[in-house]
This record gives sequence, structure tokens and C-alpha cells, in this order.
Amino acid sequence: MTATTQPGAVAGTPQPRSGDTAGAPAGTGSRGTRIVGLLALASIALLVLYGLVISPADVEMDDAVRLMYVHVPSATYLYVGCFVTTLASGLWLWKRTAGWDALAEAGAEVGLVFAVITLGTGSLWGRPTWGTYWTWDARLTSTAVLTALLVGYLALRRLDLDPDARSARAAVLGLLLVPNVVIVNRSVEWWRSLHQDSTLTRIDPTIEGDMLVALMVGFLALGLVFSWLMIHRFRVAWLSQQVDRIDLDEALAERRAEAEAEVAR
Amino acid sequence: MIAMTHVGYVAAAWLGTFGLIGGYALAVVRRGRKLSRQVPPGERRWS
Repeated sequence: MTATTQPGAVAGTPQPRSGDTAGAPAGTGSRGTRIVGLLALASIALLVLYGLVISPADVEMDDAVRLMYVHVPSATYLYVGCFVTTLASGLWLWKRTAGWDALAEAGAEVGLVFAVITLGTGSLWGRPTWGTYWTWDARLTSTAVLTALLVGYLALRRLDLDPDARSARAAVLGLLLVPNVVIVNRSVEWWRSLHQDSTLTRIDPTIEGDMLVALMVGFLALGLVFSWLMIHRFRVAWLSQQVDRIDLDEALAERRAEAEAEVAR
Repeated sequence: MIAMTHVGYVAAAWLGTFGLIGGYALAVVRRGRKLSRQVPPGERRWS
């Protein structure tokens, strides 16, 4: 399989390979992702309406409570991203199927985006509420450790190694994510913490009315955003694997042709 | 909304959140387009 150069193409830009057609989709989008994307945009608009306009200020936190409508769902989807990576890493180690490897990579990268949002919005909430952007509290510190683990995982995936060895090492590290999520989640119970306890996962939730609706809309909006990002990022990882495979096939074909030419001489 | 307290923190959190998500989404879509030009349509199973 050889690359073809299109007339007027800019030097250095990737060229279409043989078999590419004008009618093929130009990227990672599909009808399904467009529907999820539109639903995500609509739910973000609803979140802005509920989170910033309709829901009232809290009697203790005042309007700083509005940060919760993005902070709490972000933390939840950080956990989901880690769970996806750990599950996919385990399945890759078992089945050695390329799709699980791509899913593990997607979960970690999208999870890292939500980790940054969680830490950022948490710091911005801490300043007016606790009087500081950061403190070495158990919940904050364990979340920072989890974020560092995700950065390390993604750095490991970029090492110039044999693809199977790289995937195996990444998968082993990926297995450590969910145990860390458990530590983050339980940290407010296991250690003395400034961070408040669970708001929703208790018998008598500490939030109700329009504030509860705003939080639920936050879960819906960021859940749709998370799903959209995961699908696209998974497809990017899949495409990247195919490009690596095609490049390897081409290199092997060139080497074989060179060897045959030497024998013929 | 009009007499909102802590408006700077709330605005920074919301703009930061959706700014980061928007920027990341754009980067992922652009990377996907760049890679898909190098892969035959048959390998794009969602097509």
C-alpha cells in the first residue's frame, strides 16, 4: 500500500492512502456522535439556565454553590474514566485485543480532562469557602495523586517502545486506577477532612428542590459530553493503531523488496 | 443571578470548564481528521 500525493497538497501534511474515497467520512464523527453532540449542547444550555439563573443561592455557601453543579459531576466522570481504563486494561491483558487498548487510552485521557476540571473548580470553590485555593487535605491530595497517575499513564503510552510491550506496561498501570479512585472516594471517611461528605449517596441527601435539579442536569450534561468525547477519542486511538500498522506493513514491504533486489543482483 | 456573590469564582469555574472541554473536543476532532486521511475507509468501522 503506497501513499499518493494530491495535486496542490501542502508539503508535510498527511496524504490520503490508496483506497480513500471522496464519499468517506472525513474524521471520527458519525450520525450517532452528531446526535449525542446536539443533546450535549442542549443539556449544557439547560445547565446554564438551571445552574446560574433558576436555582437559588445556598444559605451557607451563597452563590459559590453554583460551582458544585460542574464540580461534582466532573469528579464523578473522572471516576468513570478511571473505571473504563482499569476494566479495558484488564480485558486487554486477558484478550490482547486492540480495541480494549484503544478504550483504555481513551478513558485515561478523557478522565484526565475531568480531573483537571475537578481540581480547578474545587480550588475555586475552596477560596471563598475555606479561605484557600489549596490545602493538603486527604480528598484534595488523593485526587492530585490520581491526576498524577493519569499523567504518568499517558506519558507511558507515548514511550517509543514495541507496541505490545507499551500496551502491557500501560495496562498494568491502568489496573491501579480504580483502587486509587476508591481511596479518593473514601478519603473523607477514612481521614479527618475539610472536604464535605457525600451529598447524594446517603439516605437523607443534603440537597433538594431546584438545587438538586441543577445538580442532576449537571450530571446529564457532563455525562453526554463525556460520552461524546469518549467515542471520538476511542476512534482516534483506533485510527492511530491502524496508521502504525499500515506504516509497519509498508516498511516491511520495502525491506522485502530491497532483499529480493539484492538476491536478484 | 443579578446580585450574585463570588461572581468571579463562579465565572472562572464555568468558563474554565467549558473552555477546556471545548478546546479538548476541537483537538480530538482535528486529530481524528488528520489520522483518518491516512487510513482506508474500510478501517473506519463507524463510516
